[in-house]
Amino acid sequence: MSTLEIKDLKVGIETEQGHKEILKGVNLTINTGETHAIMGPNGSGKSTLASTIAGHPRYIVTGGEILLDGENVLEMSVDERAKAGLFLAMQYPVEIPGVTMTNFLRTAKTAIDGEAPSLRTWTKDVKGAMEKLRIDPDFAARNVNEGFSGGEKKRVEILQLELFKPKFAVLDETDSGLDVDALKIVSEGVNRAQEENDMGTLLITHYTRILRYIKPDFVHVFVDGHVAEQGGPELADRLEEEGYDRYLAKA
Amino acid sequence: MADSIITDRAKGAPLIAGFTEEGEDLSPLNLAASNLSPLGGDAAKEHSHGGGFGVADSSRAGRPSSFDPNDFPALTGREEDWRFTPLKRLKGLHSEALSAAAAPAIEVKVTEGNLELAVGVEQAAKSDARVGFLAPEDRVAANAFAAVETATVITVPAEADGDVIVASIHGGNDTPSAQHIVIIGEPGARATVVLDHSGLAVLSQNVEIDLKEGADLNVVTLQRWDDAAVHASDQQARIGRDAHLKHTAVSFGGDVVRVTPSARLSAQGGEAEMFGLYFADAGQHLEHRLFVDHAAPKCTSNVLYKGALQGEAAHAVWIGDVLIRKEATGTDSYEANKNLVLTDGARADSVPNLEIETGAIDGAGHSSTTGRFDDEHLFYLMARGIDEKTARRLVVRGFLNEIIQKIGVASIEEQLSEAIEAELAQTEN
Ligand SMILES: Nc1ncnc2c1ncn2[C@@H]1O[C@H](COP(=O)(O)OP(=O)(O)OP(=O)(O)O)[C@@H](O)[C@H]1O
Ligand SMILES: [Mg+2]
Repeated sequence: MSTLEIKDLKVGIETEQGHKEILKGVNLTINTGETHAIMGPNGSGKSTLASTIAGHPRYIVTGGEILLDGENVLEMSVDERAKAGLFLAMQYPVEIPGVTMTNFLRTAKTAIDGEAPSLRTWTKDVKGAMEKLRIDPDFAARNVNEGFSGGEKKRVEILQLELFKPKFAVLDETDSGLDVDALKIVSEGVNRAQEENDMGTLLITHYTRILRYIKPDFVHVFVDGHVAEQGGPELADRLEEEGYDRYLAKA
Repeated sequence: MADSIITDRAKGAPLIAGFTEEGEDLSPLNLAASNLSPLGGDAAKEHSHGGGFGVADSSRAGRPSSFDPNDFPALTGREEDWRFTPLKRLKGLHSEALSAAAAPAIEVKVTEGNLELAVGVEQAAKSDARVGFLAPEDRVAANAFAAVETATVITVPAEADGDVIVASIHGGNDTPSAQHIVIIGEPGARATVVLDHSGLAVLSQNVEIDLKEGADLNVVTLQRWDDAAVHASDQQARIGRDAHLKHTAVSFGGDVVRVTPSARLSAQGGEAEMFGLYFADAGQHLEHRLFVDHAAPKCTSNVLYKGALQGEAAHAVWIGDVLIRKEATGTDSYEANKNLVLTDGARADSVPNLEIETGAIDGAGHSSTTGRFDDEHLFYLMARGIDEKTARRLVVRGFLNEIIQKIGVASIEEQLSEAIEAELAQTEN
């Protein structure tokens, strides 16, 4: 079993008006095999947390720690974190000119595993995973995310999740922009990855609908840069009914 | 891709006779003028040698041509076809008498195939009918024509079938110089001709390519000069009936490189593929101005230029003029330019111009995109375990490979891949 621990994490960004604090002491522990949902109002810092775990250079850590099985994640470069088993499915995946999906997937897989995958099984794996996620085979020859629709980009993020087999995945609003069928297909992909690799999942979402397919063990309410409340799946339903007013009034 | 401009019209989209598409930065004044005067009007069509000089003309058909540099007014840098070029760095190619003697030496070898004896390489007088069949269209090219007495004529015989002929053009001084090369593909000849430029030179060069009926030439011009070189190369091709030209311009080295390839599709069934690849570093000016002249029925043209730019004041210019004349019915034409900006401070200008004088065509379109490789791209790739160096290479190699693969000569493709690696190594330092 692996553990990802976030302890009293404080993160800010540099803006034209100076330093702006976004995360104000986040505490969260995830074990492999568990699913944690994070819900919270716009601008509360959910994506900031996700990007900080992945190591985006824009976010400056001013306090606290992130530990993966006791190892200091904050000291690792972005690619080292991916190699250590962390994966971020991004809220807004960027389009990369000049690089085909095929080339990208193989290069990333080689980097993560430290050796090139056997060509024959790899091609089969990619094809199989694409089929299951109902991604058109033509996508393999297209440039990474270039011209993909919002929903297609999200599927391609989950395709990578399935192929790279991380220990922990952070899914930042992977359900936004998906139609009803795609939501189901993508959720199945996440569940497969979780079962096959005993993956730990941190699922950021605004909607309870995805939680019908991906069952959370824990729900965290994220408000103003910290976890305001934790509970079981029932907390999500309560949030759906009541909104965040209760927490905002307190904050 | 952030910051991208895309203009695209699908092949076969409905077209209006006389419809013109100009580059995005044409001034409103010019636009108004081009709307008022019907394209292809008598004044515009005339191949004038005198009176019409200096008259602003929005149609590419109206560009004056002459063998005499004095027919072209002294350049000011405000001319439509010189407005991007840093004249101050041309080292006199536009303003001084040029030396034919100082021009880089040309050594021609057949590197693949067995035509050692059959390929004709000779010095022909400029009065020879094979030389100067297409008149220069600007002052710098005319200046070169005035300065040379002879031309190097490379004749690919009809029986050539896939041979590779390499002309090594190596310079060793910075005297403003002039040179003329003629490449002739005899009827049905099939071969690759490489013009491989290296060393130091300040050179205005005219290259004429004459494809006889059914000839199929793959012409590759490599500009891998030393840093201080200045090179203006006017490469005009006349494409005969059912002939096929593949022309690839590759520019890496030199302070100022300005290549102006043109394909004259003047007989039925001709095909022009015009490809290009450039990698502009800090301070470099690399300019490619294409002209595809569809003047006969049932011809095809396909243009694709791709460039990477990195470093402070790296500047790439791409202009693609495609003219589909009234008589060019059944034309199928497409042109595209794609730039990838790797660092801040680099600038790419890209202007496709499509003029269509007949509605009876199969398709015509253009596209121009400029993408940036920025921190977000890098983050995405690194978040998938790819280290920074590999990420950068992945993007640039992937982007430029499309053109390299079109060259079709393994040894040259390898050399170019290596050259790209060397360019990339520069950014890493
Ligand atoms: N580059 C930036 N410049 C200025 N402010 C920023 C920047 N990035 C994030 N912020 C601010 O930080 C706060 C947290 O943003 P974040 O994207 O983490 O929110 P979120 O919880 O993911 O919101 P959403 O639910 O809308 O995705 C917001 O107020 C946002 O405006
Ligand atoms: Mg967000």
